[in-house]
Amino acid sequence: MLAVQQPLASVPDPRSVPENAPEHCPGTESELAGKSAACEGCPNQDVCASGTAKGPDPALPFVRERMTQVNHKILVLSGKGGVGKSTFAAQLGWAFASDPDVQTGIMDVDICGPSIPTILGIASEQVHTSAAGWSPVYVQDNLGAMSVGFMLPSSKDAVMWRGPKKNGLIAQFLKDVDWGALDYLVIDTPPGTSDEHLSIVQLLKESGIDGAVLITTPQEVALQDVAREIDFCRKVGVRILGLVENMAGFVCPNCKTESQIFRPSTGGAARLAKETDVELLGSVPLDPRIGKSADYGVSFLDEYPDSPATSAYLNIIQRLKDILGDP
Amino acid sequence: MTAVQDTPVSRRLSSVKHIIIICSGKGGVGKSSVAAQLALTLYVSSADARIGILDIDLTGPSIPRMLGVDGSGVHQSSDGWVPVYADASDARLACMSVGFLLKNRGDSVVWRGPKKNAMIRQFLSDVRWGDLDYLVIDTPPGTSDEHLSLMEHLSPVHDRLSAVIVTTPQAVALMDAMKSLSFTRAVKLPVLGIVENMSGYVCPCCGEISNVFSTGGGEEMARREGVPFLGALPVDTELVSLLDAAEIVPKEGSQLPEAEQRGFGLARRYQETPSGKLFKKILETLLDTLLATERRISSN
Repeated sequence: MLAVQQPLASVPDPRSVPENAPEHCPGTESELAGKSAACEGCPNQDVCASGTAKGPDPALPFVRERMTQVNHKILVLSGKGGVGKSTFAAQLGWAFASDPDVQTGIMDVDICGPSIPTILGIASEQVHTSAAGWSPVYVQDNLGAMSVGFMLPSSKDAVMWRGPKKNGLIAQFLKDVDWGALDYLVIDTPPGTSDEHLSIVQLLKESGIDGAVLITTPQEVALQDVAREIDFCRKVGVRILGLVENMAGFVCPNCKTESQIFRPSTGGAARLAKETDVELLGSVPLDPRIGKSADYGVSFLDEYPDSPATSAYLNIIQRLKDILGDP
Repeated sequence: MTAVQDTPVSRRLSSVKHIIIICSGKGGVGKSSVAAQLALTLYVSSADARIGILDIDLTGPSIPRMLGVDGSGVHQSSDGWVPVYADASDARLACMSVGFLLKNRGDSVVWRGPKKNAMIRQFLSDVRWGDLDYLVIDTPPGTSDEHLSLMEHLSPVHDRLSAVIVTTPQAVALMDAMKSLSFTRAVKLPVLGIVENMSGYVCPCCGEISNVFSTGGGEEMARREGVPFLGALPVDTELVSLLDAAEIVPKEGSQLPEAEQRGFGLARRYQETPSGKLFKKILETLLDTLLATERRISSN
């Protein structure tokens, strides 16, 4: 039983626990592998005890091979849902791809709620298989995307998968998708800090992740979840490129007065950034047209170049490029 | 009646009359806020209703903050974990969340499925809820481990379960809400209805209604899918501040008793927000459907 006062004390290194492990699995890389009480009755007990399970994931060499052609890998994370992760990932993709010489890919690892196909306006597309692997769906010549949304017979279908199946698909996305040579791979994640996040970090460890962009909104409930995400990044050793505050302020289209829909009751992202020593890349005001663009699958940056949100996005993206050391 | 399985969960929940699961495919549409509002509205709707609220969003618990019990701890008693009472000494609004178990609120819970499953089972079997009229369960976004585990562990009490689906009016959120609805159908969970959250925003300056996240989509979906539409809630800045800050600054000179300052004060102030008034109507519709559903189940 978990001790109530210290629930985290017994948590093993999350990276070494197999997806289908018993509840208190010590992790295959642990000294106690195959020897702790929780291992009793586990079908893999003997394998773990013999020490041979300490080897790396068999998918890793294939992922590494595929990822040698990808220059920058950027994660878009947030502990909280609905703060604009997918929207930001899509804008980032579009902004990178506005330079015709830059090849960009967007990978959506939100298996249960994929939004990327809709936001990019390619919801009805399907994935094709070739000898080289799965072909991404292209929005334009230099912007490809991959999502579980392209694989479902109907958008109404729910993907009711537990962790191991989700991880299997993520591994396939990384090793079987024929991205070709990419300058940027933007990875959009589901909310939380769970299977999908651990898997992606684990699988890309050798190839190296350039860093993570964390998205938040100004309320304390969202900031708390993002603080947990920062803690996660530090635990698993992913560099944090910076924090983006979304839905900060709303300009009434009628009277042009700015009001705070999601009031930063505790100082907003600026305070969180300061407290956790993370760079605040910028704040994007709430513009109803952002949501509308996402629903219609058009690029907000191209449609409404005069919106204050567009300039905020572009400044953030420029800053990201600077951090990554690109022109 | 078929033979009811006897499990630690079914024994523990035998004293709970109704279990309402709040779900949504999309994150950030207001599941926790609707769960908190439902609990608060049930709380004020009668003077002796006992309500429990269980937050199974393990990697992003929001309920403690919203009910103003952030930073509280859970105690162990001989009869299980004692939930945190948001209304202090009245002890009619019990909360349980992984947030109460963390040493530091910035700590992340980085767990894969099997550990989440174990935690959910413990929440269902080890918390000393006592007699409850309603247990509201707030879930994380998606249709994955937490949801499957929840349904698995609650299967012995399946005839007392029902679900509310929360969505916002945008196409992206509706698509995910549809997935949630497919999920409830796959696991044969009766749906009490759909709540459309963040439906329009009233400019505090000129009163102009802006459809920040569009409007009407939830109602449309409910009609198409033959599910009751419970109501639409606009973006309510008063509510956002109330649930977000969730701490009451006592007016100068007045010394409020402890209960007044915490849960009770929150419930009272919630009733005064525009959402609080709208939610009363939602609750009426919801309870009507709940009764109808249960009548149908018991007559089968």
